[in-house]
Amino acid sequence: MLIINCPYCGPRDQSEFSNGGEAHVKRPDGSKEIGDREWGEYVFIRANPKGLFYERWVHTHGCRKWFNCVRDTSTDEILVTYKLDEKKPNLNNFKSVVKTPSGEPEVGSGNFTVEK
Amino acid sequence: MKKKYSIFSLAKNALSGHKEWPKMWGSPEPREFYDVIIIGGGGHGLGTAYYLAKEHGLKNIAVIEKGWLGGGNTGRNTTIIRSNYLWDDSAHLYEHSLKLWENLSSELNYNVMFSQRGVMNLAHNEHDIKEIKRRVSANNLNGIDSFWLSKEEIQKKVPIMNTDNLRYPVLGASYQPRGGVARHDAIAWGFAMRADEMGVDIIQNCEAHQIRTKNGTIEGVETSKGFLRANKIGVVASGHTGVLAESAGIRLPLQSKPLQALVSEPIKPIIDTVVMSSAVHAYVSQSDKGELVIGAGTDSYNSFTQRGGFNIIEDTIRAMVELYPVFGKMKMLRQWGGIVDICPDASPIISKCDIEGLFFNCGWGTGGFKATPGSANVFAHTIAKNEPHQINSAFNLDRFASGRLVDEHGAAAVAH
Repeated sequence: MLIINCPYCGPRDQSEFSNGGEAHVKRPDGSKEIGDREWGEYVFIRANPKGLFYERWVHTHGCRKWFNCVRDTSTDEILVTYKLDEKKPNLNNFKSVVKTPSGEPEVGSGNFTVEK
Repeated sequence: MKKKYSIFSLAKNALSGHKEWPKMWGSPEPREFYDVIIIGGGGHGLGTAYYLAKEHGLKNIAVIEKGWLGGGNTGRNTTIIRSNYLWDDSAHLYEHSLKLWENLSSELNYNVMFSQRGVMNLAHNEHDIKEIKRRVSANNLNGIDSFWLSKEEIQKKVPIMNTDNLRYPVLGASYQPRGGVARHDAIAWGFAMRADEMGVDIIQNCEAHQIRTKNGTIEGVETSKGFLRANKIGVVASGHTGVLAESAGIRLPLQSKPLQALVSEPIKPIIDTVVMSSAVHAYVSQSDKGELVIGAGTDSYNSFTQRGGFNIIEDTIRAMVELYPVFGKMKMLRQWGGIVDICPDASPIISKCDIEGLFFNCGWGTGGFKATPGSANVFAHTIAKNEPHQINSAFNLDRFASGRLVDEHGAAAVAH
């Protein structure tokens, strides 16, 4: 189970939060011009990387505020959480531990806390 | 040489202490070029190679696998097989698969231990009853054996179930007698062995790194054993399909999440059917070794850690203990997670794409095992003929632009 650092309330247990999927998804401009395919992509397709991932969480059973987060999906390590109006952090600031695209990280899944 | 399994081969090998069994498949070094490369050596991938060789006469095929055969979700699922899906498209697909399962042990001459012990889907509230009865009727219209069981009939079949004294009482269930379970490893091994006999190269410990394309046509795949050229590539990599698609510049509507399962210590036979409940989220069957095989849910967030959150197991165990108080003091032996790729409509994608020669069989989400032979069969057809089989034509990628989804969230059993 994850400990998530709510930017408003501080570190809390994951059970207080709900996940909101990919963050920074932009609704396409020009809704009259774009075709079904672009709409389909906007509605159905979300990033699904193995590694660093921008995502949204909401502190459902707490302050009920939404916020963003960068998490490594290969280890579940939460690297940073930030408020919705804050600029998204550059992913180059973080080290990706995935060596090959679909390979496993060196530290077994979820064990990064032990390593540190 | 064709390997034959019978009571006589068993007796013969027993005399030599089971040390002389021939190897089931070889481990060749990859060649430079293949007509078809299948990425992913699980049940679906090996089955695809098997049917490509058997039904479409292709010879130059390779299956490449990152780890060992059937070590991914084929070896991590709860092995439940049924075809009681709501919509015609899915019903035809899963029924096609169920029919292949029924004959698979003799077709492969390898015991996949398919046991048609029946599958029950419980209803816990008024809405469940309506939804499940609707599904039963839809199944009957599609010629699928499925009927409604009253609470009394459930109690007769599963006397250990607590139907009344719980938060969400059991009000009835759908029942498919032809459903059941099978041996997960056996399906991968059986397909691998027979595919190997027909000349398919099965290459383990060979991780696909990048799918290379040129001018909208497939070139080959970069692997940990070098670059392999191919005319066609079929990606059947379950949770990692999205990662590989991305390497070819294709975005798929998939989200990868850990799906967990656990088994208990082995006990004497106590439950002789499969009982699933999506409302309280617990499903259980008993393996031939006596362990209870329990399916839990997916995490709410994307993840590739083959582990999953503890709260998910807690929820499932809570529901299990409520439904079957007799299991309250049992110990659990093992728990694990597998990375499943979930589609927005909880239906799979078996489709070609914009890149010529690149095919995907993915999006099985939380319920791909039951479909193994059927999925492999129609995927092989799609690859060989460059167009979908009638059965999988609805499961294309275009549906996410046209909006013609196959919404199976109700029948998928694992809520996601």
